[in-house]
Amino acid sequence: MNINFTLISQAMAFAIFIWFTVRFVWPPLMRAIENRQKTIAEGLAAGERGKRELELASQRSGDVVREAKQRASDIIAQAEKRAAEIVDEAKVAAREEGDRILVGAKAEVEQEVFRAKEVLRQQVADLALAGAAKILRREVDEKAHAELLTSLKAEL
Amino acid sequence: MASGTELTPTSYMSHHLTNLTSSIGEGEFWTLHVDTLIMAALTGIVSLGFLWWVVRGATSGVPSKRQAFVELAIEFIDNQVKSTFHGDRHAFVAPAALTVFVWVLMMNAMDFLPIDIMAKVYELVGLHNWRSVPTADVNTTFALALSVWLLMIFFNMKVKGVGGWIHELVCSPFGKNPLLWPVNILFNLVEYVSKPLSHSLRLYGNIYAGEIIFLLLGMWAATGLAGTFFGTLLNAGWAIFHILIVTLQAFIFMMLTVVYLSMAHESH
Repeated sequence: MNINFTLISQAMAFAIFIWFTVRFVWPPLMRAIENRQKTIAEGLAAGERGKRELELASQRSGDVVREAKQRASDIIAQAEKRAAEIVDEAKVAAREEGDRILVGAKAEVEQEVFRAKEVLRQQVADLALAGAAKILRREVDEKAHAELLTSLKAEL
Repeated sequence: MASGTELTPTSYMSHHLTNLTSSIGEGEFWTLHVDTLIMAALTGIVSLGFLWWVVRGATSGVPSKRQAFVELAIEFIDNQVKSTFHGDRHAFVAPAALTVFVWVLMMNAMDFLPIDIMAKVYELVGLHNWRSVPTADVNTTFALALSVWLLMIFFNMKVKGVGGWIHELVCSPFGKNPLLWPVNILFNLVEYVSKPLSHSLRLYGNIYAGEIIFLLLGMWAATGLAGTFFGTLLNAGWAIFHILIVTLQAFIFMMLTVVYLSMAHESH
């Protein structure tokens, strides 16, 4: 156990080693570690944020689906109502149309009847006239009695 | 073994416990333990150089296994320092603690080199006396302890000012009363002397004793077959136990360094 100059040399070596570590070894690694810690913290925060956003989005999508269902059922109800209305309208229209056709047909029939009566009357008048003419061939001058004949025809 | 001398237990022991010296001036003080210096420098350069090499390519992304290992070591030191030292530890104290731990650990670990085989190897390159373990040389441990001691005084003066430090030497721990001043000074004197002594001798004693036990077991192996058998067995056992001592002593040395330096930063 003899103390000698080795002590001072070792102390110098120690000083150099400490300086080296303080200057070159410690700071870069600490920097790397701190950067990594920051990155990890940011990653965790981003994950948390993503989770929250997912929750919000799923909530929102649920809302949208519910609203869409609501609207679909509204539309269906409306469509059903409208369909019923259309059917009713169609029924009314059909009835009116039917009535109108009926009225038209009746009018036509009446007209036909009237025309047939007219024709019939004409023929009866003609026949009567012809009969009368045959009877009265001599006495009746067609020219002299034209006025009488015409009024008779109109009466028939 | 030193060639040409008769092999006795004394010569065996003294052969293994003699440093390679080199005189650089008149008087006993001006000698250098070349083996201690070179082994210390080598272990320091290799271990800190390794750290530097890894750290230089350090990424803040996913670390390689090598970087993860270094980070593990450094964060271990950092946590120890954090729990003791309350200040900007990154500026000096934590890296200094890292230096102390890594370097002392490596120097202690030289104890694992099998002494007689290494002696043969050194013999081959012409070195008759060569001690592999720098911390088994009291010069190394005193150098470290005294450096820490000087740093302690430096930080005392830096943090508290010279006046504040002297005030503390005179007035603590017992009180400001002038009657107590001599007692305070004496107390602090004892503390300032005992700190580097206990700091350095604890490490030196543990490692030196470990080396002696390896030597004794080696000597036992020279007594015959039974001695060789049990000597080998016990040597292996002691080497395994020594892993604990080597690490523990490096850790204790580092912790004391941190404690002393943080005490220098705190006023009473």
